[in-house]
This record gives sequence, structure tokens and C-alpha cells, in this order.
Amino acid sequence: MSSVEGDEQARSTADAVARRSYGRLVAFLAARTRDVASVEDALAEAFASALQDWPRNGCPANPEGWLLTAARRKLIDFARRRRTGEAAGGELQLIAEELEAAAAASTTHELQIPDQRLALMFACAHPAIEAGVRAPLILQVLLGLDAAMIASAFLTSPTAMGQRLVRAKDKIRKAGIPFRIPEPEELPGRLGAVLDAIYAAFSEGWTDSGGTDVARRDLAEEALFLGQLVTQMLPDEPEALGLLALMLYVEARRPARRNARGEYVPMAEQDMSLWNMDMIEAAEGLLLRASPLNSIGRYQIEAALQSAHVARRRSGHANWGAVVQLYDALLALSGSPVVAINRALAVAEVDGAPAALAILEGLAADERLTQYQPYWAARAELLARTNACDGARHAYEVAIGLERDPAVRHFLLQRQAALARI
Amino acid sequence: MQYMLLLYVDQNAYAKLSPEEQKQGYGAYMSFMEALKKADAYQTSGRLQPTTTATTVRVSNGKTQVLNGPYTETKEQLGGYFLINAPDLDAALSWAARCPASQHGTVEVRPIWEMYQQS
Repeated sequence: MSSVEGDEQARSTADAVARRSYGRLVAFLAARTRDVASVEDALAEAFASALQDWPRNGCPANPEGWLLTAARRKLIDFARRRRTGEAAGGELQLIAEELEAAAAASTTHELQIPDQRLALMFACAHPAIEAGVRAPLILQVLLGLDAAMIASAFLTSPTAMGQRLVRAKDKIRKAGIPFRIPEPEELPGRLGAVLDAIYAAFSEGWTDSGGTDVARRDLAEEALFLGQLVTQMLPDEPEALGLLALMLYVEARRPARRNARGEYVPMAEQDMSLWNMDMIEAAEGLLLRASPLNSIGRYQIEAALQSAHVARRRSGHANWGAVVQLYDALLALSGSPVVAINRALAVAEVDGAPAALAILEGLAADERLTQYQPYWAARAELLARTNACDGARHAYEVAIGLERDPAVRHFLLQRQAALARI
Repeated sequence: MQYMLLLYVDQNAYAKLSPEEQKQGYGAYMSFMEALKKADAYQTSGRLQPTTTATTVRVSNGKTQVLNGPYTETKEQLGGYFLINAPDLDAALSWAARCPASQHGTVEVRPIWEMYQQS
């Protein structure tokens, strides 16, 4: 084999292993010492060694086992450098033996590294970790995304994001945050934080709906992967199923969200042939699996709303009464003014625009909403329906001023321009 | 691992309790300590005199400054501590939740710096 071919093969094998097993390797290696940062460094060095060794000696039959052994050696080196004293020596020996056994098993069989990724996710989303850094932490630790990429997705500076990630890992280690799946009685609360972190990652990926920013689109895919992982490991948790269903419904419509000119297309006007029906069917199946488990929650309701919207487009018949009921339930759970806006839009379909406008008036006291584009767009839309053109024009004006996405801004401008013709 | 549970409570509240209530409060701490001992988690503990008894010392430019009063004035004051053994943070947090001070004040949980940890 020529060295160029060998290099390429080594690189593609390493890439494949990184995609397939990175999080599994981190979780396994870090579970005992809780020292995530050292494990990441050790794995990075192990991957670097692989890219030197594999082109010369051929790719190993079990690349995961090879990397695990290499990373284990690096970890023991790190620990020797950092730790002295007899007690530490004993602990090191124990870790070494444990890792040795696992590495031996994994070179003789198919990969047998116990899957501790979910436990790692629970550590990253522990209540002792600042809520805002949980999603970035999960993305970095489980998927190996670098701080710069995560920072750009979450609209912060790479330095600031890097520091927050370092602090969080430092806390996991020093405060002794355990890697374990919580007991059933505490699971609901703790799982919520994990699901919220995954959804936050998904939403950040979704914001760039044009799909021009590759890093962000990947983020939505990675969030789907994590959502799948949680439902595989906790198959009877209805909210985990609900979240995955919700993400699939949204992802299924991604290709239809922009027209050929890159312009925003509202759901009511989307070309349904562009929807990914496999994803939608998978989402429907997940919701069906969740419902007999008899524990309703935010993600199941949001997924059910998505399901209702999809059904409306597919059948041409809308059950707006049911949609309003779902929003009622969601509002009772979340108390979110954002949910209240969407509920008002559904009410408009049942009781007419004036009733919906009255609801919006009631929300106007919430100061957060005065800076929230969808509030003004909803107001504009409802005012236009009652032929209050001046009011609608002004509300569109504010909505346009608040919108960041140029495609959505363009869409709102078109709506505003259409007012004159009513 | 070792964790310090730092008990922050309103130090004036205790004096306002009836003797019977004071006895009950004291008993709750005794039971907590007993439970820690039974679980082999207890290392040591202490109750602090009120901050009116505090004196603060600081040496700057070789000069020792002694000040009357606590380091900072706060609504709740450090009133006591428990040093415990726990396998991980979750175990330490569940002890903190059982500590009577978490009912009428706040318990801060801090890991003890282990000697071989350089950073």
C-alpha cells in the first residue's frame, strides 16, 4: 500500500471511529475519575498517535480497542505527573487494572465498552452545573465539538465559551458530580434537564433555517442523534419520546422552509412533497408509544401540536378546537407568554381575530414581549384580518425591526406591502 | 470524598424561639449527627457563636489590623458546619437536604481540596 493510500485509510478509519464511538470512549474513560478534561486530552493524543501508527502498521481490527489502550496509557502518564503519594498510587493501580481488563476484552471481541454515555449526559446536565452551559457541555463532551464551533452556534465568543466549558468540567471533577442514571424517584426532574439541553442544541441548529451555516445544521443532526440515544437507553420515558418526536416533525419540514430563492415559506404555504415523510411517520410512532405511558409533558404536547399541524395540511381539515386545547395544556405547564401568543393565533381560527386580539392585549403587559418579533407579527396578522390596516402596518414595522433573519424580514416586508391592496 | 456542609442561618431566630422549640431544634441536629455517624459519614462538626463575637484580622504591609465584627454583614450568617464523607456530590447533597439548617436557612456544600490535586 502506498503511504498516501495508507494515510487516507487511516484518516477515514479514525474519522469513522470518532463519529461512531467518541462519546462512548469519553464516557467510559471519565466515569471513574470524573476528570473529563484529561480524558478529552488523552483521546486527542490517542487519535493523533493513530494517524501516525495506522498508515505504517495498518489499521487495527478493532480501532476502538486500540484507541482505548492508547488513551489509557496517556491518562496514566497524566495522573503520574499530577499526583504523588501512596494513596494516589493505589488508586492509579486500580484504574489501570480496570482499564486494562476492558481494553483486553475489547480487542478480543467486538467493542464491549460499556455504554455510559447517558450517565455522562446526566453529569453534564446536573443541577450543580450552570443551566446555560449544559447543552454546550453535552455537545463538546459527547460529540467532541470544539468550543469555537459551539460558541458560534450559541452566539457567544469562543473565549467566553471555552472558559465556561473549562469551569464546568472543573466542577464535575472537583465537586465529585457522579456519572450515573438517577434513581427512578429523582429521574423525572433530572431527565428534564438532559432533554432541555438536547432541545437547546437542536433549537440553536434550527435558527439558521436557510441551512447556509453548516455548523448549525450539524447541530440539529447531533441533537437528533442524542435524542435517539436517550430513547434507546430509556425506552419508557414518555417525555424523551416526545422530544424526539418533536425534533423529527420539525426536521422533516426543513427542506420546505425556504423556496428556491431562499425566501421564508410559512407552514400553510409549504410544498408538502418536500416534507420528509419517513421522519413524520417515525414521529407519529413515537407519540403513539408515549401516550399509553400516561405522563403528559411539555415535549409530548409540543409534538402533538406539530402532529395536528401536519394532519391539517395533509387532510385539508383543521381541528382548531383540539389545537387550542393542546395550547391550553401547554400554557398551564409552562406559563410562557410565547405559548400564549401561539394559543391566541389558534383561538383566532375558532373564535375569530377580534377574540385573539383581545388575548394579545392581555399579554401586552409582559415587557419581554415588546421585544419579541412573533408577538408583533401575530398582532399584525390579526389586525390585518380585521382590516385595521394602519395598526397592522405599524405592528409589521416593529416586527421587521426586531427580526434577525433576513429571509424572515423579507417575508414580513412582503406581508406589509400586501396590506395596501386589501 | 470529603465535603464541608456550611450552615447559613438567621442567628437571631434561635433566641426568639420558646424553650420548648429550642429543645426541639437542638434535638433535630442531634438526630442528624447520629444518622451521619450510623452511616459512617460523620467526621466532625461545630456550632459557631454569633457574629457579634467575631473579630477579624488582616495583615497588610507588615501591620496587623484587628477589627471588631465579622468579615461581611449578611442576612444569614455562617452558624455551623459538618465535615462529612460522601462518595459523590449527590450523596453529599442528600445529606445537606436532611440537615435541619436546610429547613430554616441555607446549606452550602463544598468539596474539600484533596492534597494530591494540584489544581
